[in-house]
Amino acid sequence: MSADALYTVAIPKLVELDNLWLIVLFPFLGAVINGLLGRQLQAKFGKSIIHYIAIGMMLCSFAVAIIAFAQILTADDIAIVSQAFPMIDIGWLSVNFALYFDPLSVVLALIITGIGTLIHVYSTGYMKDDPAYWRFFCYLNLFIFSMLLLVLGDSFVLMFFGWEGVGLCSYLLIGFWYKDMKKATAGFKAFVVNRIGDFAFITGLFFLFWGLGGHWNQNNNYDVHSNRSYEAIPVASDATSVDRLTSQDNKELVSQMPSVVFRDIEKQMTLSVRSAETGAIQKPFADALTEQTVGGIPLVFLICFLFFLGACGKSAQIPLYVWLPDAMAGPTPVSALIHAATMVTAGIYMIVRLNFLFVLSPGVMTVIALVGACTALFAATIGMVQHDLKKVLAYSTISQLGFMFLGVGVGAWWAAVFHLLTHACFKACLFLGAGSVIHSMGFLKSHDKSDDTEDNSIQTEPTHASVEEKPSPTDPQDMRNMGGLGVIMSHTRRTYLIACLAIAGFPVAAGFYSKDEILWKAMSNGQTFIPGWILWSIGFVAAGCTSFYMFRSYYMVFYGAPPSEQCQKHAHESPRSMIHVLWVLAGASIVTAVLGLPHLITGVDAIFAQWLAPMTAPFVSTTGVASAAWLEGILIVASIGIAVIGWLIAKHFYHSTHASMEKRQQWYQQFRLVHHTLYNKYWIDELYQMTWVRGFKSLSHGVATVDKFVVGLVINGGSKKLGQAFHKFAQVLRLHQTGYVNNYAYGIAIGTVVLVLVAQAWF
Amino acid sequence: MMKAFVNTLFYGLSVAVIAVMGGSTAAAQSQGSQVVLSSGHVDFGQGQDTQSQSIKVINNGDSSAKIVQVTIIEEGFNERRRHNNKATPVFSITKNIPKTINAGETSDIVVQFSQPQGHSSQQFFGAVQLKIIDEDASDPYFISFGLQSGGSWFERNILVLMLLAPAIGLLLLFAVPKQRDVLCRYVTLGASGLVFVLAIALYAMFDPQLGVGQGNWGLQFVTHTSWIRALNIEFFLGVDGLSILMVLLTAFISFIACISSWTISKHIRGYMMMILLVEIGMLGTFVALDFFLFYVFWEIMLIPMFFLIAIWGGEKKESAAIKFFLYGFIGSILMLVSLVALYFNSGGESLLIANQPLALIDGTPVKHTFDLMKLTYLHDFTQSPMLLGVDFTYLVWILLFGAFAIKVPIVPLHTWLPEAHVEAPTAVSVILAGVLLKMGIYGMFRLNYSILPDATQDAAIFVAMFGVINILYGAFCAFKQTDLKKLIAYSSVSHMGFCLLGMAALTNYGITGSMMQLFSHGIITAMLFLLVGVIYDRTHTREIAAFGGFATKMPWYAAFFGFAFMASLGLPGLSGFVGELLVFIGAFPVFRSFVIVAALGVVLTAVYHLWAMQRVLFGAYDSKWDSATRHDLDRRETIMLLPLAVLVLLIGFYPIVTLDLIEHSISDLLNFYNGTTSGF
Repeated sequence: MSADALYTVAIPKLVELDNLWLIVLFPFLGAVINGLLGRQLQAKFGKSIIHYIAIGMMLCSFAVAIIAFAQILTADDIAIVSQAFPMIDIGWLSVNFALYFDPLSVVLALIITGIGTLIHVYSTGYMKDDPAYWRFFCYLNLFIFSMLLLVLGDSFVLMFFGWEGVGLCSYLLIGFWYKDMKKATAGFKAFVVNRIGDFAFITGLFFLFWGLGGHWNQNNNYDVHSNRSYEAIPVASDATSVDRLTSQDNKELVSQMPSVVFRDIEKQMTLSVRSAETGAIQKPFADALTEQTVGGIPLVFLICFLFFLGACGKSAQIPLYVWLPDAMAGPTPVSALIHAATMVTAGIYMIVRLNFLFVLSPGVMTVIALVGACTALFAATIGMVQHDLKKVLAYSTISQLGFMFLGVGVGAWWAAVFHLLTHACFKACLFLGAGSVIHSMGFLKSHDKSDDTEDNSIQTEPTHASVEEKPSPTDPQDMRNMGGLGVIMSHTRRTYLIACLAIAGFPVAAGFYSKDEILWKAMSNGQTFIPGWILWSIGFVAAGCTSFYMFRSYYMVFYGAPPSEQCQKHAHESPRSMIHVLWVLAGASIVTAVLGLPHLITGVDAIFAQWLAPMTAPFVSTTGVASAAWLEGILIVASIGIAVIGWLIAKHFYHSTHASMEKRQQWYQQFRLVHHTLYNKYWIDELYQMTWVRGFKSLSHGVATVDKFVVGLVINGGSKKLGQAFHKFAQVLRLHQTGYVNNYAYGIAIGTVVLVLVAQAWF
Repeated sequence: MMKAFVNTLFYGLSVAVIAVMGGSTAAAQSQGSQVVLSSGHVDFGQGQDTQSQSIKVINNGDSSAKIVQVTIIEEGFNERRRHNNKATPVFSITKNIPKTINAGETSDIVVQFSQPQGHSSQQFFGAVQLKIIDEDASDPYFISFGLQSGGSWFERNILVLMLLAPAIGLLLLFAVPKQRDVLCRYVTLGASGLVFVLAIALYAMFDPQLGVGQGNWGLQFVTHTSWIRALNIEFFLGVDGLSILMVLLTAFISFIACISSWTISKHIRGYMMMILLVEIGMLGTFVALDFFLFYVFWEIMLIPMFFLIAIWGGEKKESAAIKFFLYGFIGSILMLVSLVALYFNSGGESLLIANQPLALIDGTPVKHTFDLMKLTYLHDFTQSPMLLGVDFTYLVWILLFGAFAIKVPIVPLHTWLPEAHVEAPTAVSVILAGVLLKMGIYGMFRLNYSILPDATQDAAIFVAMFGVINILYGAFCAFKQTDLKKLIAYSSVSHMGFCLLGMAALTNYGITGSMMQLFSHGIITAMLFLLVGVIYDRTHTREIAAFGGFATKMPWYAAFFGFAFMASLGLPGLSGFVGELLVFIGAFPVFRSFVIVAALGVVLTAVYHLWAMQRVLFGAYDSKWDSATRHDLDRRETIMLLPLAVLVLLIGFYPIVTLDLIEHSISDLLNFYNGTTSGF
């Protein structure tokens, strides 16, 4: 590169604001106060003091998020960084505790603090009988702290702090009722599966830094970069789309050193260098990653693929989804907050955050799209036959996350994030509705409970149940124990219905617009190696399944058999704190549609698309299909159609009482094998158990055996032998230690003579 | 059997001491010379700015003497500064020295000290050497005097005080009447508390910006006098970035260990004496900069440790103690051999700077030296003759590595560790895991890495291999353990692997990560063993399977337990993560596939930690423990656990406090490897 080349970088201007890092301090403080003093406070002042602290902190945090949002909304094209303190500073590795607010992270911060606050409020009702109330709110606040770090951290290191932190909180909250070993084990499983993803994630990180850390000389050896920096300076007017940073009058350096800060990496990746002599435009850093191969694999593919595996762990995608259904062992508000609205979407966030990297590798994008689509369908099929209400929702979450991955895989960044937003609303609503139902059905388990502990838990579903097995009569989560609750719990029913409409894809609610945008982008993209129509078809079928299993659960819970006597006596509508939250979320599930009304309807790009456009790199190439409005229209109609079909089938089998029961049985018999396979979740858990778990156990058994016997025998045995030899030798010598002085004198005399003789002979 | 063993030990030691002392007295013969100095030492005090002092040269003899050569030695200015920077010398002679001093005449030598810019508190050492030829005799001889400046009295003697405090405590313990157990405890606590306070002062006064380039080898708080002249052994203590963290760790962990020893009731006086003796040994090892002194302290640590396990241990204490001692002793022998080898190859051909004579701190010229700094910076052993058909540096490197590998411990030399831990009382386990294991890695940095950089370079890949094996092997073994202490012992094996991997990379990040991992493993493992001790005191078992559901009954205990386990499995935000991250980042460009395999360790670590934790804390509670779990942590237990937890959290989020301390020394160390390693 010649010295007089021109450089351009395409990212928003950076603004520093000092106090925004308070957003993470508040929940952290809440967690610390409740964690250290919660027990005493609760004992002294009652439970309300606990949630006043926790919710108060959440509100403060939410307020800061709104301030940050307002800043970005009002100013033109900026990102805000808020530095707190330095953490590591060695060589190029400079890590600050700094938060980065841009259109993406501020939206997520709003979701986290907003929905987080709602779920805190809901929990005051749901958890009010739990003696470990303080512990619950401590964990919840700690989770919010970690999640905010994850999305707001300005560097990989800080993101990883949050990434592992949410894993920890998820572990603690899944195993909240730890007296039940099964629940503790579910937390364990979640943590370990996540760690497998983390392994891939950090390995990807190492490859990335290694790739950015230098370049390769002719011998494929690694050279250290010089300390030189590029300076982003204003370019000529013909570079219209890429000089947004440079149009500002402030200059920003693009360092040649590797960095863990997202913004630095983004600058490097988007850096275009125009040679002053030839006029050719190069991307020095991006090219370094795309051109280099490791073991025949392009480096950028490897990096992105490893990151994606990390995302699979956190966001429960094939092949690492197995922990999420088990995670339902936690209290229901936790399932809503962590395992539906926020934490599980961290993978999506990470990929969108690194979109500048992922667009460099269409191969990985294809993999992401395919895995996402397959997961969407796979999980949806399992969800169609589950009896446990929370399990249905868990598989539904996996399936919806699959849609989001499909979205990012085809470069529909905004659509994926928009689906993340709408999903956060309607899935939180569904989970909390389910929680309301379970709360109301809680009387079932009181029959066989005798424990005096803080365990007021719900029993998990037996894992290897066969189809014909009768429901456990004490299980408040089994939908077969429910039915007809709509009469008793009308608020819950109505909010649940709204959320069902949203997820199933009826155009009255936001879920339709986000999902449909993803499907349309999947269809019209020309970048993935798999034709768009295949991706679309998989997603389309999955959408049908979604509609079916959601309405199946709706009818099984609220319609069907009339409530039993017992039910009528005990079941009740939930307290007001819970109902209000449900209505807020149901309302949000509809209102958010405004953000994503498609171009086809309004004639302009969706608001949300415009919002995210500054920080996402374009990926979708405009194929001929993309501009075909008629096709988009047809697909929209088809989407609505499949949703209606799913709904009608569900209604047919599950709406009324007697007749549909028979029809159901018939149906089960007809597709016995299919049903059995789906009900047992394709036996994937068993497969993993047989391969990975057993493999690990036998390996560790082998190593421990080696340690005990081989190393033990060789080293210890060797030293023992040596010891024995000494012992024997000493026994021989001891015979001569007679204690008689004359014996010693003889010895000395003989010895002297021998020595003299030897000396004589020698010299 | 035991008794015989102990007897042998004592006899052996006393013989050795007598031999050394006899040697030193025999060598203190006078030259019968004519020229003497009015003083053997010139001290410029705090040495704020340029100042001069004079010293008298007196010829007491009856013939005149010629001064043929005057040499000024400045300690700790390495080659680079001397030749490249052309810096003005710190010590210089201003007045011309007469060429001849007649009989009975007295002459002045004026030495000037000029303070280099920007380092007000730094200590400088030096010496002036006069080569004198008698008119009568033909043999020239040397007279010399030492120079010193900088540092307050406290700064010059703080390390001695740190070593003296436990020694005084030890003497006081002799004076404590029998049956006064409580007094014994308080005396020990006071002594180690004093060390801890001094360590805090040390931390406060430590200047992280000092490097080798600024003179005095970048050392601080130096105490440097000659000790055993016959063998050129000096009493040389000092702290730099390599050792500062270890000194702080030792003082801290020893103090905590004293608190945790409160429950010991058997032979309490002897126990406390041994604890103090171990503390002296450990501190001494980390601050000694004379190889012989280093060796002496190393041995001082070994013997009381043996007794601590053998007398206050569990059921199979004898075998564990003997095993510990034998392994340690084999290490010592290896070190002794390399000590001798290095000593006899020092000076002469190996010297990098031919024109500067090798001398003791007071300027006495010597042929060989034990001074670790001189061995490090003035010597290049690659030219030394082969030993036993092997390249000298390789052989000595392997011997030293073997000596330290046992302490680390490196698989397969680790079998003493789980046994010693299982049998040792809690406080001893804490010291063992918290500090003793660190001596191995520290020794490698101080000796292998500093003195034999070329061999280190060639051996790096093996060190990395050992590291990866340690990580995975330790993790797999830990998973299968049923005894909580054994599990933690194997997790130590695994964690030490990270240190090895990081140091093998020979990159800035790798070595920093290794040091960080050392420090944080020290505090985390101490915490883990304390927690095991807490539960053992109550239940008298360590079988993981026997526990369950303790979180309900002992919530504070559970909170600390969970915290420590999370720290140990490397959760970001707690101190364990920083070291691991830096190790991986540092080692990846150098050993790519090794790091990927080692990173699998993060999964395994999570598995065995959580699996053990959940079996202790979660699940069904057995009511047979009702009496045992009636009390949660008491005040003493909280006092010893809380500071550790706070430190773990502080370093987790704000690692720069520790990173700053070591940064400079590590880049100095890496200067030996510049241009030869790949890395960022």
